[in-house]
Amino acid sequence: MTPMSLTAKDKDTVKAFWAKIAGKADDIGTDALSRMLVVYPQTKTYFSHWKDLSPGSAPVRKHGQTVMGGVADAVKKIDDLSAGLLSLSELHAFTLRVDPANFKILSHNILVVLATMFPTDFTPEVHVSVDKFLAALSRALSEKYR
Amino acid sequence: MVHWTDKERSTVRAVWEKLDIDQIGPEALARVLIVYPWTERYFGGFGDMFTATAVLNNSKVAAQGKVVLKALDRAVKNMDNIKGTYAALSRMHYEKLNVDPDNFRLLADCITITVACKLKGDLSPQTQATWQKFLSVVVEAMGSQYS
Repeated sequence: MTPMSLTAKDKDTVKAFWAKIAGKADDIGTDALSRMLVVYPQTKTYFSHWKDLSPGSAPVRKHGQTVMGGVADAVKKIDDLSAGLLSLSELHAFTLRVDPANFKILSHNILVVLATMFPTDFTPEVHVSVDKFLAALSRALSEKYR
Repeated sequence: MVHWTDKERSTVRAVWEKLDIDQIGPEALARVLIVYPWTERYFGGFGDMFTATAVLNNSKVAAQGKVVLKALDRAVKNMDNIKGTYAALSRMHYEKLNVDPDNFRLLADCITITVACKLKGDLSPQTQATWQKFLSVVVEAMGSQYS
């Protein structure tokens, strides 16, 4: 599915929701990554260099922080994700070479974590805007792949 | 045939027991229609679904949501033959309703997110893995009679 462009309403919704959840960004990152590695074991293939892939382990926590730092940055640059995430895009294309199908998988797990942690705030309206945002983010990250 | 461990069976049952079909069904279906609006093509007679609020207040959406979740109960009770349990339903969705089977996957994801809102921390990573395995078998069964 080609992500549609974000409407003004989507951007406002994402920014408002992010303001609510930013304080828990590290926990969100840790939990989302933990779930991804358990629910989609094929994603473990990217982390063979880690000593411990179990939920909440030190490398998972550290990497969760890194990932959510990227998401935070993307929220700031929501008006032009392609330009704003250029260096991250090049990193993923030329160094990390993560199969882009995995962006969908991680996005899904971020949504699940948001639902468990913010059940009243993660309304269907917020859900659709965040889903679109993560899809646009993923597209920006895979832009330099080929 | 799909292999289930005892732990997986009890996990699926435990999750299911925590759910109120009359609450989860309407919310899951509403999420599908709001997050993936093209799915509205299958619900032509349902009236106003132009805004998220309209979808959430639509009594036909709510009623259909309950129908769908009630049908999921059959899979919970027949985990060893989900494919057989849904053969007729699959054929109906293909031949009569003309539903693109990718939509079953979208609905499954929305059910998981609705369940996550309800169960919160009780939906551990391992529970999520088992629940999603169960739903993926259901999704595959619902697409099995498309030919």
